[in-house]
Amino acid sequence: MANVELRGISKRFRGVTALRDVSFTVADGEFFVLLGPTGAGKTTTLRVIAGLEKQDGGSVLFDGGAVDSRSPAERDVAFVFQQYSLYPTMTVFDNLAFPLRSPLRKLDNTEITRRVTEAAEKLRIGHLLQRKTERLSGGEMQRVSIGRAIVRQPRVFLMDEPLSNLDAKLRESLRVELEHIQKKQQSTTLFVTHDQVEALTLADRIGVLREGKLIQVAAPRDIYDKPANLFVAQSVGTPRINLFPSTYSDGSVRVADSPIALPFSQNGLPVHFTLGVRAEDVTPGQGDQRGEIALVEPLGVETILHIRSGDVTLLSMVSGMTHYRLGEAISFGIDQDRLHFFDAKGDRIDVEQGR
Amino acid sequence: MSETTNGESVGWQPSAPVNYSTRVDKVGTSARTARGIRIVLAFVLAGVMLIPVFWLGLTSFKSRADAIAVPPKVVNFTPTLEGFVNLLSDRSVLNARRLELMKERTDLTWYEEIALKNGQQITGISQYVGRLRNSVIIAGTSTILAVILGLLAAYSFSRFKVPGESDWLFFILSTRMLPPVVVTIPIFLMYRQLGLHDTHLGLILLYTVFNLSLTVWLLKGFLDEIPREYEEAAMVDGYTRLQAFRKVVLPQAVTGIAATTVFSLIFAWNEYAFALMLTTERARTAPPTIPTILGRGGVEWSAIAAGSLGFLIPVVIVTFVLRRHLLRGVTFGAIRQ
Amino acid sequence: MATIELRQVAKKFGDVYAVKPLDLTIADGEFVVLLGPSGCGKTTTLRMISGLEATTSGRILIDGKDVTWKHPSERDIAFVFQLFALYPHMSVRQNIEFTLEAQNVSPAERTQRVGDVAKLLEIEHLLAQRPGGLSGGDRQRVTLARALVRRPAAFLMDEPLGALDADFRHTMRAEIKRLHLAQHATTVYVTHDQIEAMAMSDRIVVMSAAEVQQVGTPHEVYHDPANLFVARFIGSPGMNLAPGKMADGHLLLAGGHRYLIPAQWRGTLSQVAGGEVILGFRPEAATVSDGGSLAAEVYANDLHGAYAVLHLSLDGENPETVVHVRADRFAHYPIGQSVRFDLNPDMVRFFDPNSGRALRTQ
Repeated sequence: MANVELRGISKRFRGVTALRDVSFTVADGEFFVLLGPTGAGKTTTLRVIAGLEKQDGGSVLFDGGAVDSRSPAERDVAFVFQQYSLYPTMTVFDNLAFPLRSPLRKLDNTEITRRVTEAAEKLRIGHLLQRKTERLSGGEMQRVSIGRAIVRQPRVFLMDEPLSNLDAKLRESLRVELEHIQKKQQSTTLFVTHDQVEALTLADRIGVLREGKLIQVAAPRDIYDKPANLFVAQSVGTPRINLFPSTYSDGSVRVADSPIALPFSQNGLPVHFTLGVRAEDVTPGQGDQRGEIALVEPLGVETILHIRSGDVTLLSMVSGMTHYRLGEAISFGIDQDRLHFFDAKGDRIDVEQGR
Repeated sequence: MSETTNGESVGWQPSAPVNYSTRVDKVGTSARTARGIRIVLAFVLAGVMLIPVFWLGLTSFKSRADAIAVPPKVVNFTPTLEGFVNLLSDRSVLNARRLELMKERTDLTWYEEIALKNGQQITGISQYVGRLRNSVIIAGTSTILAVILGLLAAYSFSRFKVPGESDWLFFILSTRMLPPVVVTIPIFLMYRQLGLHDTHLGLILLYTVFNLSLTVWLLKGFLDEIPREYEEAAMVDGYTRLQAFRKVVLPQAVTGIAATTVFSLIFAWNEYAFALMLTTERARTAPPTIPTILGRGGVEWSAIAAGSLGFLIPVVIVTFVLRRHLLRGVTFGAIRQ
Repeated sequence: MATIELRQVAKKFGDVYAVKPLDLTIADGEFVVLLGPSGCGKTTTLRMISGLEATTSGRILIDGKDVTWKHPSERDIAFVFQLFALYPHMSVRQNIEFTLEAQNVSPAERTQRVGDVAKLLEIEHLLAQRPGGLSGGDRQRVTLARALVRRPAAFLMDEPLGALDADFRHTMRAEIKRLHLAQHATTVYVTHDQIEAMAMSDRIVVMSAAEVQQVGTPHEVYHDPANLFVARFIGSPGMNLAPGKMADGHLLLAGGHRYLIPAQWRGTLSQVAGGEVILGFRPEAATVSDGGSLAAEVYANDLHGAYAVLHLSLDGENPETVVHVRADRFAHYPIGQSVRFDLNPDMVRFFDPNSGRALRTQ
């Protein structure tokens, strides 16, 4: 396995900037997730690393050596596509063996069979080897795709939303298996997704990409707890983080159009800013804020409460099913140690709590 | 219910519900009747369309007299191979004395017997055979060339950023826009200069060029539908682009290639005007030959019918062999482009 | 507003049942969700209620009147489709008004009613625009407005949020629910998304393989699934299911783990022939603690932001024996480490492995 470094990669498509000056390093054995909405440049980044796309500027390095002039075949990376990459005219075995039969490798047949069987076992597709790929279910197809990457023992795994075409239940179980296999093998993996749950659960580190720019690179916990700006804050967490235009005066954070006021002693907060509160940090039933239940969404393991306070609505997440009823007047509290502040440009304001 | 009508009439809304077909299955028997009617109708239509071919086949087995009989004979004639013999042979008319001599001979083959009945003697094989062979060589080679060149061009247009791509594609198609007859005279003169007149190569080149616009467009449509992830996966897996094309793209493009092949072949096979103008003897193909099958003392309708039938058979065989792909090919890729 | 009643309603395509005979009564003002994977018959059921699909057998009553053979337009229902079926050549106002014109509503009242729904859905500023320029969410609001303006007896919605991105689905989900609470219109809503079903519905009809698996409130289907299908389908992740064999008051699980059967279940389980049952529990029923009675190995470790899910394997490398439990988001559990946990006896369920049905305490 290798480490991968991107130095100032930029890319334009017909006058439209796809990537601007993207730099990051994926350490040897690390699971790195690029998270961003459609069109953020995630897939382009992956394709530049694989050599399927030529960057306009910058350099890609494997283990410190530039690979920019090498063809995709010579870079020795494995690419798992979102879909379509299984060859429909071949059996599962031939699909798995295909990369091993490449003129670059020319492995002998016993070795090929050994590696294919081993990978198939790991992904529990051993019983499918003789089947044509058209006869596979979506989940099985993606297992084979991942298998085709694993047999190669490449320097880097590149995965382009490999789970996004699967239904929810399958996505979840395959995700957990993928996580397990990666951790066991310690393979350098670059995984692209627009699904924040995948990013948070799989990654050692997440890089958040927006409009071709890398906004924040950090461990999942830090992305969640210390988002660098409003965009990152909104990109992770279900339900979405509560955001309110707020002001600071008389030692209190005051939410506009609402009676919500939080005593807060801190220097350096501007007068106007955006306050961010995660739904799990809003606790109904205790505290001195007042509101009214506007909607109850029971999800089973937890319940999302919409609490109306003045002209704003807060989302609150509590575990289990609740007894709250529509229109009920309640009191609620907001965890003051877990407030997020963003300035007018949307950037995080780091505050040292001085209560 | 107006929601319903809304959904129905908005064209770009694919799953627009409602429809009368779902109402039809309300009554099982009427659905079955409808299906029955459809099948009968299909047979009737197919029958109507096949009448000319059927008549051709019938005529080729008639004697000269039966072929021109009024009212036309459909079943009440004695089948004979006279038409085929006349088609495939050159004959001379025997004078009375030699006729007598021939009639006394017992070592005559069946085809010599047939010729004898008309007072003729077979002197050799007719030019038809050679010209059918010319047709096979010229149409076959030009089709293969057009498909291979078209495939490479189409692949490039489909996968690479070709500067001025749409202009090129339009230009390629535009070669098909003017009626071929318009350019026959210039090409005739040009070919005379280049020594391509009455050569196989001349017609092969011409047909290939004419078919290329068709093959490039059709195949581009098919290749566009094959996701490029397939080749990219192969390229990442250690193959060159050409290897990926051969191992991964080609097997999936078979349907499109088959359909394109048949269309090209039919054009090259049936082409008449250029063949007539640009060939005289050596490279002349079957289409300009058939109308010249004239017997002595009148048109030999049965021979012409036999010639046309023989001319049909190769294309029918090719189409038949490729029919599975053809149907899928015509209904999917091509039309969407 | 109206009640909807399905009596032994079934649909066959050829010899295959798309919907097996089904009984369902939907109360006036109720929000019922038909939930299931694709191909389970939920959409066909909805389309039969609407009249877009004819029934093979059975009867459909709306407000007590038999409408089984009535044309969709005679049923006084509004259908909201997954894709926004808006006329591109008409303004938003004209799109909304269109159905009223067909009903010969006077122009004055039309304007009034369009104004009302536009206000309700907060699309007043869009009325003059063409649908082509609208965002996905606004289009879906207009679609809803067009259904609402009719004031039908019932709303039928076929995955109306299916084409929207995840974030927007949350917003629209709450919006539709709020709309329902404001209007209290009888609504039948089809979705494959169990979270949507849980969050919006008064009752959920879980369907699979053309058959109703369970009808119940979100609480019921979540905590007391009628069978293994419902147990797996509801929840994210679904209910943990661990097959076991009973031996002297314990359940023998994969990997040789022994689970002490809670007192309230002993009577029921002792009557199970063969002694084989499937233990089911929700992730939140487990509490990780050093003194826990069950042990398992960490298979994977997921941070979800607000909480963490620990995937524990009862039997080494076999992913089939992995159970999911909720864990503290700040704790770190390396893969392969052994973890002990307890199950809340009130939240434990048991299933018959042969029939798949849930067992009930006596």
